[in-house]
Amino acid sequence: MCLAIPGRVLEIFEDRGLRMGRADFGGTVRKVCLEHLPEAGIGDYVLVHVGFALSKVDPEEAERTYRFLEDLDQLGELQAPEAEP
Amino acid sequence: MKYLDEYRDGRVAAKIVAEVRRVTTRPWTLMEVCGGQTHSIVKHGIDRLLPAELELVHGPGCPVCVTPLEQIDKAHAIARTPGVIFTSFGDMLRVPGSQTDLLRLKSAGADVRIVYAPLDAVRIAQDNPGREVVFFAVGFETTAPANALAVTRARALGVDNFSMLVSHVLVPPAITAILQTPGNRVQGFLGPGHVCTVMGYREYEAIARHYRVPVVVTGFEPVDLLDGVLRTVRQLEAGEASIDNQYSRVVDRDGNAAAQRLIWSAFEVCDRKWRGVGTIPKSGLRLRYELHGYDAERRFEVGALETREPAECISGQILRGLKKPHDCPAFGTRCTPASPLGATMVSAEGACAAYYAYGRHREAAAP
Repeated sequence: MCLAIPGRVLEIFEDRGLRMGRADFGGTVRKVCLEHLPEAGIGDYVLVHVGFALSKVDPEEAERTYRFLEDLDQLGELQAPEAEP
Repeated sequence: MKYLDEYRDGRVAAKIVAEVRRVTTRPWTLMEVCGGQTHSIVKHGIDRLLPAELELVHGPGCPVCVTPLEQIDKAHAIARTPGVIFTSFGDMLRVPGSQTDLLRLKSAGADVRIVYAPLDAVRIAQDNPGREVVFFAVGFETTAPANALAVTRARALGVDNFSMLVSHVLVPPAITAILQTPGNRVQGFLGPGHVCTVMGYREYEAIARHYRVPVVVTGFEPVDLLDGVLRTVRQLEAGEASIDNQYSRVVDRDGNAAAQRLIWSAFEVCDRKWRGVGTIPKSGLRLRYELHGYDAERRFEVGALETREPAECISGQILRGLKKPHDCPAFGTRCTPASPLGATMVSAEGACAAYYAYGRHREAAAP
């Protein structure tokens, strides 16, 4: 029910006072309400739930979390006890 | 799809699983709050990748499941009313009330329509000025802004043939109710990622502090969920109990202020009954006084409804993490998604329905 998916904003327009747009979800394009996400612009990824953009996807945070997880095994090795010389 | 595929990477997931195994030294019970998380965990078998010491119990965060039978029956009574177009998210269509479900009413001739966005229901009302259009507004904080937008938009545009049947619920009071349940087993929470995109996680800081329980705001993909587990276990093993944000690519501490203002322009907090659990104080939203004209419960006299839940259903205990689907003798036999006895079987995001969908009813008992 709380399904929300990231889509890339393709276009922004006004519909009788509401800031609306179209976003691309992996090839499917749907209408999205951007009224409550003024910081989102064309080309940004936004998280959309039932046609309503909830938040902007922060590319730096996404990259940071993912890199950290990818490097986990290296961290694990770093944390292993050092061999006695 | 960008921002989805990379969080489904089995290679990264395996690394996190190895790290979880490395840091876990004692038994811990964790609860994922959200039904979407439950579904993803069971679908990907994430609970089975974890060391035997870790148990995941499944939380109350499935709004379709916890919508009380009275509201479902009211929806059906309204949908049956001649001249009404009843609009709803698709998930609510198969949820059984005391007598029927919306899909059956539709095939019997009622005008029931699925909408993707609540604003679409307002559009249907504009296109059908001679008809009463009712939208079934269910959901958690994630859905509240979109539902608030529909009713405020209807008022702004003067669409007076639009109304909403509201059954909104809030996550923090439910978590508090779980922590106050005698015999509570939950020691750490994977917090509801999408709820927090709207609300931020300030409310959860107080819960973590007061109940000495770690809460890690977590996403919905396998890598997110495993990362959420890892972060929770690290805190538990270190004796810490604080808020952590695994889902920082879309969640920050304050949430979406504009969306919150929109919620409070349409709704106010009320006590709300949860199917299977009972009434939780201040755990729901209802329309504000100024919007009572758009309240379908006031517009349609549906009368007093008498509802009865099957006595053998243990969904209330499952929703609080006290039991799991296999603890119920009816699971997979007298209770299936096609013929559900209670809350956790009525939606794909309920724990029982998720277990059933992925074949776990064929297994003798939980591992």
